[in-house]
Amino acid sequence: MTSPDPTWTPDQPIIQCRDVHKSFGQLEVLKGISMDLMKGDVVCVIGPSGSGKSTFIRCINALTPMDSGSIKVEGQEVNDPRLDKLALRRKVGMVFQQYNLFPHKTALENVMMAPIKVLKEDKRQVEERARALIRKVRLEGKEDSYPGELSGGQQQRVAIARSLAMRPDVMLFDEVTAALDPETVKEVLVTIRQLAEEGMTCILVTHEMGFAREVAGHIYFTDRGVIVEHGPPATFFTEAKDPRTKEFLSQIL
Amino acid sequence: MKRAPVFHGETDLPVLLPAARRLARRAERERLAGGPLPRLKARHGLWLLAILLLSAGVAQAQADAQVKESVITAIFKWMPVLLQGFIFNIAISFLAMVIGTAVGAVLGLMQISLLPPVRFGSWFVTQFFRNAPWLVLLFFCMFLLPFEFDLGFATIPFPDWVKATIGLALPVMANVSEIVRGAVQSLPSGQWEAAESLAFSRRQTLWEIILPQCVKRMLPPWMNLYAILTMATVLASIVGVSEMMTQTGRALAAENRPELLIPFYSFVLICFFAYCYPIAVWTRRLERRYQVKL
Repeated sequence: MTSPDPTWTPDQPIIQCRDVHKSFGQLEVLKGISMDLMKGDVVCVIGPSGSGKSTFIRCINALTPMDSGSIKVEGQEVNDPRLDKLALRRKVGMVFQQYNLFPHKTALENVMMAPIKVLKEDKRQVEERARALIRKVRLEGKEDSYPGELSGGQQQRVAIARSLAMRPDVMLFDEVTAALDPETVKEVLVTIRQLAEEGMTCILVTHEMGFAREVAGHIYFTDRGVIVEHGPPATFFTEAKDPRTKEFLSQIL
Repeated sequence: MKRAPVFHGETDLPVLLPAARRLARRAERERLAGGPLPRLKARHGLWLLAILLLSAGVAQAQADAQVKESVITAIFKWMPVLLQGFIFNIAISFLAMVIGTAVGAVLGLMQISLLPPVRFGSWFVTQFFRNAPWLVLLFFCMFLLPFEFDLGFATIPFPDWVKATIGLALPVMANVSEIVRGAVQSLPSGQWEAAESLAFSRRQTLWEIILPQCVKRMLPPWMNLYAILTMATVLASIVGVSEMMTQTGRALAAENRPELLIPFYSFVLICFFAYCYPIAVWTRRLERRYQVKL
């Protein structure tokens, strides 16, 4: 197992992706993705469905193994057969489109579970932190509700709190608002924006262009497995150069 | 698990009012019991009695009933012997279920192992015993297992009924194995992914997240299997275990009255029905209840 790279310092990229390739059978979904993130960066990855956005961020926490290329998280190589996946995933939190809360546990238990079982932390301290996190995602009073009793937006916020309970250095958001109805999208976005403002390093795969423009420090547009264009939101939306980007933006905005 | 209380029977709809109090009382009882109660009614018993009396009546009509005691008396006379046999049936079913479930659960977990040899081996064993006739397995155990095990310092006797129990436990084991595998694989993959992304190890994911959710899914098919097993315990009569069918045969041989055949076997049927039907009802209710909340 590889331990975290001792030579890595916080002034180097916290995530460094180089030429990431991934195929599912004959279908090549990632054809060389490269990207650097510094600590505290918030980036949005946008693009048409099937362009490999989700696959890409799933490669970062080794949920999907990449075929070739390199991803380094705090200097630790992910594309390494000796990788300690559990150590990597303690640093990288992830939130899914379908929330994936544990339905047999209450909201509070969902948040407390990983720190107690994985990090072996003291139950009372974890509970204190979990209650604070639930307050942070503005769900006080819902601690003892089961996921089935919560709305989609509430479940997604519990899922965010559950990830944060592990005190990750990076958060990955995989189309977290795609399954929500328009009214509840906002409550989830507010939570994410708050995180971004607190300096959490975030990668968001999203279809919410307005939100991307507002929150992201940098926007990447992917299509058919490559990054077609990227730039800060101020110029990205108004001065897109590539015809594919223009077409996508004209359809969505 | 705590769930939001549902207040059955509270209504102001005129059509429902006559039944409202009854439903509310029932709901209250169920709340106290913590689960659905079997809805056995007097009419169920009446039906059983009617079948018995009818068969007894038919038999009576066939007999020249001057000197001999009536069919009902004969049944009452033999009842302790028959019921003793029935208790034996239930004991065998219980033991076979316990053994089958314990071994089958392990086998089922091996079927989802990441190691191909373990996975394939357990898959093969499961399929082999699942697709074998129960009676053949019973015969195999009868003739393959020794009547005692000599451990050097002690000898463990292996009477016929123990062999029969093992013989019946084998198909139960294979079916439990499939129930476990099926339940684990029926959970959405998102549960595994969420656990993985929270740095749970595979073992932790399985024990903390996957299996607790599977218990609910496994319970109805498992109970169904138990009912089938109970009914299959009469197979042990073929290999000479003194369970209810064997005892009935002996009683009939001792009486030597052909008109008793139908009433006696009806009595056997009724005993099994009275035991298995509530299980079936209970299973159906659990199925319905878990169907909604998933």
